Amino acid sequence: MQAVLDIFDIYLLEAVINGILLGGVLALLALGLNLIFGVIDVTWICYAELVMIGMYAMYFMVQYYGISYFIAAPLTILLVAILGALLHYLVIAPLLTAPPINQLLATGGVLFVLQSFATVAFGIDFRNLGIRLPVLAFGDMNFSYARLLSFLAALVGMVAVYLFMTRTFTGTAIRAISQDRQIMALMGVDTKRIYLITSAIGGGLAGLAACLLVLQYDVHPFVGLSFGPITFLICVLGGLGNFIGGFIAAFVFAEIISLGGLFSDLEWGYVLAFAFFIVMMFIRPAGLLARRR
Amino acid sequence: MTGQGRLLAWGIALAALAALPFVYRDPYHLHILVLILIWSFAYTSWSMMGRFGLVSLGHGGFMGIGAYVTALLWNHLGLSPWIGIPVSMVAAGALALIVGYPCFRFRITGHYFVLVTLALSGIVLQVITATRDYTGGSLGYTPNRASGSKLLALQFDDKTTWYLIALGVWLFGIAVWYWVDRSMARYALEAISEDEDAAAAAGVNVTAEKLKITLISALMTALAGAIYCQYQMFITPDTVSGIAVSLQMVFAAIVGGLFVSLGPTVGAIITILLAETLRIGFGTKAVGWDNLVYGVLLVLFIIFLPKGILGSLLDRLKPQPKVPRAHEQKAVQIARPGT
Repeated sequence: MQAVLDIFDIYLLEAVINGILLGGVLALLALGLNLIFGVIDVTWICYAELVMIGMYAMYFMVQYYGISYFIAAPLTILLVAILGALLHYLVIAPLLTAPPINQLLATGGVLFVLQSFATVAFGIDFRNLGIRLPVLAFGDMNFSYARLLSFLAALVGMVAVYLFMTRTFTGTAIRAISQDRQIMALMGVDTKRIYLITSAIGGGLAGLAACLLVLQYDVHPFVGLSFGPITFLICVLGGLGNFIGGFIAAFVFAEIISLGGLFSDLEWGYVLAFAFFIVMMFIRPAGLLARRR
Repeated sequence: MTGQGRLLAWGIALAALAALPFVYRDPYHLHILVLILIWSFAYTSWSMMGRFGLVSLGHGGFMGIGAYVTALLWNHLGLSPWIGIPVSMVAAGALALIVGYPCFRFRITGHYFVLVTLALSGIVLQVITATRDYTGGSLGYTPNRASGSKLLALQFDDKTTWYLIALGVWLFGIAVWYWVDRSMARYALEAISEDEDAAAAAGVNVTAEKLKITLISALMTALAGAIYCQYQMFITPDTVSGIAVSLQMVFAAIVGGLFVSLGPTVGAIITILLAETLRIGFGTKAVGWDNLVYGVLLVLFIIFLPKGILGSLLDRLKPQPKVPRAHEQKAVQIARPGT
């Protein structure tokens, strides 16, 4: 009996730590989405599809052209950042004055475009990078090195964004616009430029997430659907546009998925997370740390 | 068009539609027509809510419940779809109320509402996939062939019967649309979509009105899912449930025209014909192309033609309203600021 309990505890601890590691990447995704929502007041339904494109970019650069992972990663981040800026310029900018629902649905159209573009261009095969990172053994627990690396890189990415937002003029302007978009234009800030920069940063964060996710998961055209919805839920749970709320919610969700997956299938972890989300909407409709409007 | 002329036109069109399968028997074309009618019904169900600004991405979930509950009851308990379909509709309706009530009570609107309903269709998809011992998971699910009465099992082999059933269901959808369009609920919901506080101040029970339309819409969507399942005899989580199906509904309704009765039907005709043409023209090479075209069209439509094809067309055909006199203009402005 005692032995069974010991093993159980080890697995529990492993699941908890794996949850934290997963939470890092989810928090990174949520940060990008929150940034765009907070500043431009638009939800990119196709956010996870940008990540998918980034994952394909990584795959082709590393597998096909034999570029080193560490050179390919910045290129991917740059590529997805450009994609984000393009998305804003082509789709969101003409709709800035339209009802918010229309903006959201237009990005839904982009979701279709990106998904089917990937299907047409790359086929529906599952592809992976073929990099097998060693497994880290710590006591009786095993952690994948890829997850640890992703967690650290995600943290670095988030700290970089934080410093950018607080230490530079552009970052300050971005934060100011998210507080009052009308007044900032009167203060001599070019809102169009700020929107474009914000979209590029949001895209860049998606690109970074892509570089990290491609280490752990196979890429296929519909990979976005497996973590896209969860990202939106995290943002809503944390309060759309609330960075700290999103950060906390990411870890809460990751733990639920990880622990739920420990006791049963991974899908049940997701079901549990979704159900938790709906229950939380009863209790805290405006997010975990409701922001006063 | 006058009221009588319009009624006559509807009558003639319906008679022609009902007579079609007896004159024209090409099974492939009838199959396409049945699909168009069933999906039109589903899109119409979505647009019941969508036209009032209640954009739901959870309808894939309702449709999945309609299809899977009916099929599961038939296969595991031997319950006829005649009982199974109402049960599945009740299940979808109950889910709609459970999710809808807190949403409306706590004033979750706009982005939040879309994302909460997105979670709903995500849950349904994951539950179907996770219970793969019963539902077959992502591999799909087939209702057992009936050994006894075909009528009892609601399984027919000939396309003509299905065509008539689908036509009836579609007509029912249009009838409900008009019923809502003529009711007081429509004015209440339009007021809510413009300004919730003002509507509440004017004596509209915001939560109750929204719940009513959500319930109607969810029931109809579940029915569409069940009919689709009975017709195709094969369902997978991806074809009847999930976010892709929800987005497909939104897309078709917007392209056709969200604010007119036949808009979603026009949307269904366009999307299904487009998919079929691409499939026949390019074969397996065209996998993904239809969605690519959908996506581009959806973006273009929202930017340039937000009223949809039929909506914009009807606007063109309608005579220009007379210019209101000065005092009337003022009254209009007070009634609807910002338009």
